Amino acid sequence: MADHLLEVRNLSVEFHTAMGVVKAVRNISYHLDRGETLAILGESGSGKSVSSSAIMNLIDMPPGRISSGEILLDGVDLLKMPAHKRREVNGRRIAMIFQDPLSHLNPVYTVGWQIREALTTHGAASAAAQTEALRLLTRVGIPEPEKSLDKYPHEFSGGQRQRVMIAMALALRPDLLIADEPTTALDVTVQAEVLALLEELQQETGMAVLIITHDLGVVAEVADRVVVMEKGELVEAGTVREVYKNPQHPYTRKLIAAAPGKGKMHSPGARGEPVLSVREVRKHYGSFEALKGISFDLMPGETMAVVGESGSGKSTLARILLRLDEPDSGSALWKGRDLFQLSPAELYKLRRDLQMVFQDPTQSLNPRMTVYQLISEAWVIHPDILPKAKWRERVAELLVQVGLGPEHMGRYPHQFSGGQRQRIAIARALALEPQLIICDEAVSALDVSVQAQVIALLDKLRKDMGIAFIFIAHDLPVVRDFADHVMVMQKGHVVELGTVQEVFETPRQDYTRALLAAGLDPDPDVQAANRAARLECAS
Amino acid sequence: MMSFIRKRAVASLISLVGLIVMVFFLSRLTGDPAALFLPVEASAEIKQQFREIHGLNDPLMVQFGRYVGDVVTGDFGESLRKARPALDVVLEAFVWTLWLAAITMSLVTGAAIVVGSLAAFRAGGFFDRLSSVISLIGAAVPDFWLAIVAIVVFSVNLAWLPTSGTGSLLHWILPIGVLFVRPFGIIVQVVRGSMISALSSAYVKTARAKGVKSGPIIFVHALRNAMLPVITVIGDQAASLLNGAVIVETIFGFPGVGKLMIDSILQRDFNVVLAAILVTALAIFVMNLLIDFAYAMLDPRIRH
Amino acid sequence: MTLQTTDTTIAAEPGFAVRMARMLWADKFALCAAIFLVVILVVAIVGPSWLGDLATKQNLRGRNAAPFEWERGWVWWMGADALGRPLLARIIVATQNTLMVAAGAVAISAVVGTTLGLVAGFSSPRINQIIMRLADVIMSFPSLLIAVIVLYVLGSSILNLMLVLSITRIPVYLRTTRAEVLEIRERMFVQAARVMGASSRRILFRHILPVVLPTLTTLATLDFAYVMLAESALSFLGIGIQPPEITWGLMISQGRQYLTNAWWLSFWPGLAIILTTMSLNLLSNWMRIALDPVQRWRLEMKGRKNG
Repeated sequence: MADHLLEVRNLSVEFHTAMGVVKAVRNISYHLDRGETLAILGESGSGKSVSSSAIMNLIDMPPGRISSGEILLDGVDLLKMPAHKRREVNGRRIAMIFQDPLSHLNPVYTVGWQIREALTTHGAASAAAQTEALRLLTRVGIPEPEKSLDKYPHEFSGGQRQRVMIAMALALRPDLLIADEPTTALDVTVQAEVLALLEELQQETGMAVLIITHDLGVVAEVADRVVVMEKGELVEAGTVREVYKNPQHPYTRKLIAAAPGKGKMHSPGARGEPVLSVREVRKHYGSFEALKGISFDLMPGETMAVVGESGSGKSTLARILLRLDEPDSGSALWKGRDLFQLSPAELYKLRRDLQMVFQDPTQSLNPRMTVYQLISEAWVIHPDILPKAKWRERVAELLVQVGLGPEHMGRYPHQFSGGQRQRIAIARALALEPQLIICDEAVSALDVSVQAQVIALLDKLRKDMGIAFIFIAHDLPVVRDFADHVMVMQKGHVVELGTVQEVFETPRQDYTRALLAAGLDPDPDVQAANRAARLECAS
Repeated sequence: MMSFIRKRAVASLISLVGLIVMVFFLSRLTGDPAALFLPVEASAEIKQQFREIHGLNDPLMVQFGRYVGDVVTGDFGESLRKARPALDVVLEAFVWTLWLAAITMSLVTGAAIVVGSLAAFRAGGFFDRLSSVISLIGAAVPDFWLAIVAIVVFSVNLAWLPTSGTGSLLHWILPIGVLFVRPFGIIVQVVRGSMISALSSAYVKTARAKGVKSGPIIFVHALRNAMLPVITVIGDQAASLLNGAVIVETIFGFPGVGKLMIDSILQRDFNVVLAAILVTALAIFVMNLLIDFAYAMLDPRIRH
Repeated sequence: MTLQTTDTTIAAEPGFAVRMARMLWADKFALCAAIFLVVILVVAIVGPSWLGDLATKQNLRGRNAAPFEWERGWVWWMGADALGRPLLARIIVATQNTLMVAAGAVAISAVVGTTLGLVAGFSSPRINQIIMRLADVIMSFPSLLIAVIVLYVLGSSILNLMLVLSITRIPVYLRTTRAEVLEIRERMFVQAARVMGASSRRILFRHILPVVLPTLTTLATLDFAYVMLAESALSFLGIGIQPPEITWGLMISQGRQYLTNAWWLSFWPGLAIILTTMSLNLLSNWMRIALDPVQRWRLEMKGRKNG
């Protein structure tokens, strides 16, 4: 019986909500052996995290209920164990790391305290725990480990916090590590480092890793086997290569098809008169220099992708171009007029031409306004665009244009899904009939399949209406299929600027190459090759 | 950390100065302080004399300067009734009030945290519902009404406890008991709400994944985070206790600063009244600083 | 690849009043509280003209008449006071003053506090600092003591009582509004409105105020109870409302000297205060959820299931 380290059998979990019983996972089974890495792949709402919560006894009951199934750890059913025994399993035999380490670390205790607690909870003496905590922090590569023991979580960067989480999880050398979207919030280069660290540690300790992710690239990089989940059901299982090369279930095929970065790249024509011409824009906050002289040209109807990691200044650039923030110096000529010199009245007129779509549609739509109010607000502010009698008709048109329906007009944003909300935000931007839309990470909060739909929508708008886009992203594959030109930013500088083909196929700068190399390809073979190349580079 | 405290101290100091200014103008509110400070039946000559002695005929700014000088040196004039410095009279009474407030607040805080936390841990359970009902009623009961009901029940009918005065420990039970109820009701509700959100937070999930026991999860992981909003409410309640004790003190004949003020107003002993206001305000000011300090102690993110 | 989204099951929403009624129905405690408060409100409006004479007519033979004598008229069911006036009638008549002072004080402090809070949250750091320090000063005032003095010096009337109580409550609204404004003005939907070219006024009144308003309504409901307690405390001390006007607090004070032989004189008005305060607290708790679009589904779903 006890062949596998972990075996989940016919697990069903349901939640009693006000809307009735929701079956979060239905009858799912998978297993995991020592030293092996299994990925659970799924989009939001697929129930991919539920089984791991059941393993860790993190489901609140009620409202949750495990209606059937067994979870066997070395052949012993965890679900039949008394509570105190299960608590001993947690942390000692199975440990877990989470997506957002900032909220998952207790903000009011030092990281040293939190790592020590993992040890002392399971019986370690406090002096020994102190030494061990220091060793662990050193091992996961936190700089100045001794000092860092006394620091609080908010004093670290995102990647460092995830390393701290890993140190804490591995304190007792567990047999199984569950990693729930461990790198989702991280920059690509940091993601590669964290995944590499996880693999190293796995080889050192021989533990099994259960990784939960929405990202095919992560699966290709780290996993041996993968199970795919959709709406609470396990739809496909197999080795990573099998599943990628020969997907059986339509959903898996859809997921693989939606992965960005495989389409034909644009080849922009000759450049003429730019519609927007940015020169030497600088901005600092206190002693921090966010932008150190940015210059670029944008042609009418063209898409300029701005790619960079956090802290590169790409969002600051967007804010400054829209005059949500004032630059220290520099100019931005829009059809020959400097955006930064406009009077408030001129700026008000210009707002019609320049619009923005924000990262998180949940936050960029006023929760207390209906869709009709949200979209027609544009005409309340700029009454000369459209007479009031035609508002309803036009809102309906715009909704159809972005793939929603006129019947959605009277509803509130919270009644829509994330992708639908972003469509509303796009409709709102379109209401002003702009010539340039700046998208600040407009698809990064969305599921991969939804991401592809929204990008297709933007691409269609560009073709049909000749709108120019500045498309800000942290993820290179996303911009590959959509951009004409790519600008790579790092720490306030433009590192590289060229056509999409130049940047992707013949990158000139090391940083661009590093970014490209850190990006994970969904194809396990391609990814394996990339990885070999990367290791060669490193050695 | 120190810079945070310093910044808060400077901001509070500005408030304190504003307070002193307002107290001055309060005393000039009726236009003629002589009418306020002297007994009602004082003759016109006496009033004139009083004005000259106290320089009330000088320009307002000169008077204000003198007043500030007096306040800084702690000179609030004589108590007319007791023929002693007003400040001494007030401080004597203030010690009583401070004890009363401090003991009550400690009991309230301790009890509210335990009850609120346990209610939150089993939200929706029997204990939670019981404590909800109790705290809801507690927060709604006017203390003066409770005071007289308590006197009828415990002093008159049962004759267990004395009605007024300060002779023994028994004398403290009723005032503390009555003052306890409202802040307890309010703080329990805040603790419960704050604990429920802390217990559903991501870091508690991490602690459970680490195998930490329920006790430390509630009282080490969740409580310290949940205390942050609670601290503010505790401060508000302590402040309203410092100045709201006036009624309970009057009813129970407790010789605190509240009773002193009411007595002094009735006796037109205005020097004492002004001194009492400033001393109470100063106490609230110090307490607000302590609250800020406690906040910074609990939350490392504030210190930066 | 399709541009159509997959899930289109979005429930249609009924009007505001219907939704509120449904959500109130879902929370039976809040429903009782609301009904009680409506009754109190009606009583406050019609009380004095309806029972005014009965409540002031003295009757020496009925002094301190005991409650629960069902054979007498219903106004006597709670007994009578030291001058033989029926207590139930007096409580009904006193409702108007009690509620008026509280409502006036809450209205003044809410309007002034919210305005100052909006200004503080939306203007230069210096004005912001001045307003905040002012709030600090008021906050560190021993408010009840100040009220005692001001009323003593200025004489007590309903208007003075309202003003004094409202001044002490201004900082509550000011701080809440300011904190919310500071947070909301950085939110993405406000940025989005700015990108569209919305004026500051539009942003303030169309985007920020509607988000703050439910919080303020909830707060004002809670504060109504607080002010009512403060007013009754002042009236109890004899420096609030003066006879022959009556409030519940004053009634408790008047009954105090007969505590040992006629407990009902103080008990009933006290109970009226407690019930009203509790109802306000319950209603405020309900509002906190009902007025929050992210949370209100809890009540809506519950209502659907029960109904």
